Amino acid sequence: MQEIRWLISASYFIAAILFILGLKKMSSPVTARKGIVWAGLGMVLATLVTFLTPGMPTGNIVLMTIAIAIGGSIAWVSGKKVAMTDMPQMVAIYNGMGGGAAAGIAAVEFARGHMAGTMLFTLATLGALIGSVSFSGSCVAFAKLQGLMKKAYRLPAQNTVNIALALVTLGLGIAIVWLGQAASPDPIHDLLFGKGPLAVPPWLLVGFFICALALGVVVTLPIGGADMPVVISLFNAFTGLAVGFEGYVMGNPALIIAGIVVGAAGTLLTQLMAKAMNRPITNILFQPISGEAQASGTVNGTMKEVSALDAAAMMHYANKVIIIPGYGMAVAGAQHKVREMTEWLENAGVDVRFAIHPVAGRMPGHMNVLLAEAGVPYDKIFDLEEINSDFNQADIALVIGANDVVNPVARTDKASPIYGMPILNADYASQVIVVKRGQGAGYSGIENALFYMENCRMLYGSAQKVIADVIQNLKTME
Amino acid sequence: MEGFVAAYIFMLAAFTGYEVISRVPVILHTPLMSGSNFIHGVVLVGAMVALGNADTPLEQAIGFVAVLLGAANAAGGYVVTERMLAMFKNEKKGN
Repeated sequence: MQEIRWLISASYFIAAILFILGLKKMSSPVTARKGIVWAGLGMVLATLVTFLTPGMPTGNIVLMTIAIAIGGSIAWVSGKKVAMTDMPQMVAIYNGMGGGAAAGIAAVEFARGHMAGTMLFTLATLGALIGSVSFSGSCVAFAKLQGLMKKAYRLPAQNTVNIALALVTLGLGIAIVWLGQAASPDPIHDLLFGKGPLAVPPWLLVGFFICALALGVVVTLPIGGADMPVVISLFNAFTGLAVGFEGYVMGNPALIIAGIVVGAAGTLLTQLMAKAMNRPITNILFQPISGEAQASGTVNGTMKEVSALDAAAMMHYANKVIIIPGYGMAVAGAQHKVREMTEWLENAGVDVRFAIHPVAGRMPGHMNVLLAEAGVPYDKIFDLEEINSDFNQADIALVIGANDVVNPVARTDKASPIYGMPILNADYASQVIVVKRGQGAGYSGIENALFYMENCRMLYGSAQKVIADVIQNLKTME
Repeated sequence: MEGFVAAYIFMLAAFTGYEVISRVPVILHTPLMSGSNFIHGVVLVGAMVALGNADTPLEQAIGFVAVLLGAANAAGGYVVTERMLAMFKNEKKGN
């Protein structure tokens, strides 16, 4: 028995090391693939030894085997099958499930009623709160990105509702901690609350979980697509924290370390993304960019259309072309066509490069992943800081399904909700060609001044089809 | 667990997470978010212990759901991250 406990603890320790090393490796392109394998080994090890935990009834072990088989296989298969373009929502939903699991751990522990001490109750409750918010919020994020939920819904007095609900949930949580103080003496609790009653009524727990879940929903509902990456990342950090807290409740350092490491890393990642959009997290949560914003800043002028033939000719005879891919390219699944077009242009002696805005697509790096999948070499792909000064010398800026990230009002119009966001200076190129599905405004609902500029031409249609047309025309110019 | 030992673990883990991520190229942001999403899938282990200790049918039911969700987090997180990172194969040869 002693030996088994030692074996389990040692395995958790090794797993924690593997997680940290794996994460470290994942932060460099050269070692990234090894990183996930290391972390995966840690996960398998930790899961296997947990089956050896002494004192678990056989019935429960059977149940957990079934649960792992069902949950694991469904997620494995769906993760294998999903298209590369749909990755963001998959990350969101898996992350939400982790949050739900953390909340579930807390619920089981509350129900068992063996917890003692203020610290334990506080962290269990906090973990339950954060995990529940992450769960329901991620489900909403998934529904939005998957297209099950078309728009950003805004309640009247949204912020008041959010804050009120948050306060109610917190209040219920504090009540749980207060009442949850169990029989064992605990100096911290006695100091804070005096000697309190001992039992947490079930309705309080149920009410708390319902409020926490509702909170996740109302916070996420009004958030528009452009802010989604930041929100997913934030929920990722949330789940990490929740896992860390529940790890303390379970007395399991592997959970604490993995959870808190992810919590800290996720928070930093969220900050990096928010900074790239020049939108503080509080703005994203409490002042979502909404459709109403488009009333501000009407743009004068007309959009000028161009044919695929003319676009092909313009690029064929250009020296420097910079391509700016956006979510529209991902939705249309046009990355392979874009790569093909790039090759035709390069054969014609054109210098083609890609400019990636930090928040292009629905996740930072989303475009890089898609272009990599299509086989575009990395040395052709540039970040905003690297390439923004080169637009002056570019003959053509080809915008494929991007909108807000090239909108010059971010530089000029103080009233615009995206004012101050760093943008790609596509408008500085001699000619701009915009591939766009229709004439509507971008995801944020803000009119794009670029489309009305003198040097801008619109190429309407789905990116997949339009680029295929351009390729056809390029072929005839060989 | 001893209160302050846990507090030290919390603190050191937080610094570790912060340091590990602080210098990451943008191209790795998405895979890294996905990878860290996988790592918190270790919540599965906690859920297994919780289910293992469950006494009543209610506790077993909640524990069952928690294990199921945790397993999905771990398995799905791994597959998705692995698929994203598989694309970095070609680049290594190029350099």
